[in-house]
Amino acid sequence: MTHTFIKKLYYGDIPEEKGGGSNYQTKDDSTTWPLWEVFIRSKQGLDHKHAGSLHAADAQMAIENARDVYTRRMEGVSIWVVESKYINASNPEEAGELYEPAIDKIYRHPTFYQLPDEVNHM
Amino acid sequence: MPVQDFEQLFQQKIDAEDKIEPKDWMPDAYRKTNIRQISQHAHSEIVGMLPEGNWISRAPSLKRKAILIAKVQDEAGHGLYLYSAAETLGMSREEMINDLHSGKAKYSSIFNYPSLTWADMGAIGWLVDGAAILNQVMLCRTSYGPYARAMVRICKEESFHQRQGFETLLVLSRGTDEQKAMCQDSINRWWWPSLMMFGPKDSESTNSDQSMKWKIKRKTNDELRQNFIDMIAEQIKVLGMTLPDDKLKWNEERKHYDFGEIDWDEFWSVVKGNGPCNKQRLAARRKAHEEGQWVREAAMAFAEKRKLKTKAA
Ligand SMILES: [Fe+2]
Ligand SMILES: [Fe+2]
Repeated sequence: MTHTFIKKLYYGDIPEEKGGGSNYQTKDDSTTWPLWEVFIRSKQGLDHKHAGSLHAADAQMAIENARDVYTRRMEGVSIWVVESKYINASNPEEAGELYEPAIDKIYRHPTFYQLPDEVNHM
Repeated sequence: MPVQDFEQLFQQKIDAEDKIEPKDWMPDAYRKTNIRQISQHAHSEIVGMLPEGNWISRAPSLKRKAILIAKVQDEAGHGLYLYSAAETLGMSREEMINDLHSGKAKYSSIFNYPSLTWADMGAIGWLVDGAAILNQVMLCRTSYGPYARAMVRICKEESFHQRQGFETLLVLSRGTDEQKAMCQDSINRWWWPSLMMFGPKDSESTNSDQSMKWKIKRKTNDELRQNFIDMIAEQIKVLGMTLPDDKLKWNEERKHYDFGEIDWDEFWSVVKGNGPCNKQRLAARRKAHEEGQWVREAAMAFAEKRKLKTKAA
């Protein structure tokens, strides 16, 4: 189970040893543009939603690139960008403890309350 | 928790159709396969711009030029969505680019064939994008979240690619004798390489179906290829053209088209770097990257300078 080798050659998945290759090295870039996360508001009145990420030298370039990459078909009316390194995320391994407090509070849902038919649309 | 337990939990999630997200635990081989597959997919989008880019300056009308630019621009976007998805698995963009340029990472062999006539812009859209779409529609349901989301976005944009290709051929198929001949010639040249896009026959590899079990893939090469042939064999009737395969025939029993043998020696030879345009494609990518270096550096220097200025103010 721990030793799984994938040898089947699927569409668009050619294993390295089948490929040839050379010793060509790309010249080292002295600078790598930082990574940005892009959030797009698709329509006035809606929330900004995560669209993806891209590399850019600064915020302005990130917004311009986001326009070209994520709104070529008028998918947005507003763009937020934030450098990925500033995003703090919860740890999936702690998901159990983190969300546990909500599990047994079914009375937070409207369906918990049994009402007579006359007022059940409430 | 021992690794076996993690793997079991992981498989349970996959079986329940839960998506795997970047920070979730995943087997090493799952990560590696996804990195390889997503980055190769990204490279295909980027290298795929070259055969079509070749015709932008020679498109027969302003309308066709605008359409072609829009399509090629979409492919650049697809490459970016996919590079971003691969980066979430821990491989840097630079590494991926370097692997493409060294030849270590592959891209779809179809782009190692030359685009010789204007009709090729039609055949590429109809056949090459058409084949890619079947794979990509399947991948919208792949188990790795960022890859699946990129695919959904890409599929929304792809249908215009195939339609504009078919329409380009349709116009030629209703044109002068010369235009009709150009149309047929282009279909003849692109048909077999398009079938090769789906990869080796399923019978070629008898070993573990791990990619299926992990739901990275959901259909085999042969299944996708058959879907494609069945679709194209019908569509070509509208063009009044033929496919260059005398074995192509509807099989009433199978409810599928039968077809002739693919030249697998040609396939592997192109994969290994001996196709008509492999060297040219790689040289074009390396040149673009090297000549863009000063731009990348200048943009970074400018950004630094602006940051200092805003701090001072
Ligand atoms: Fe694409
Ligand atoms: Fe496309």
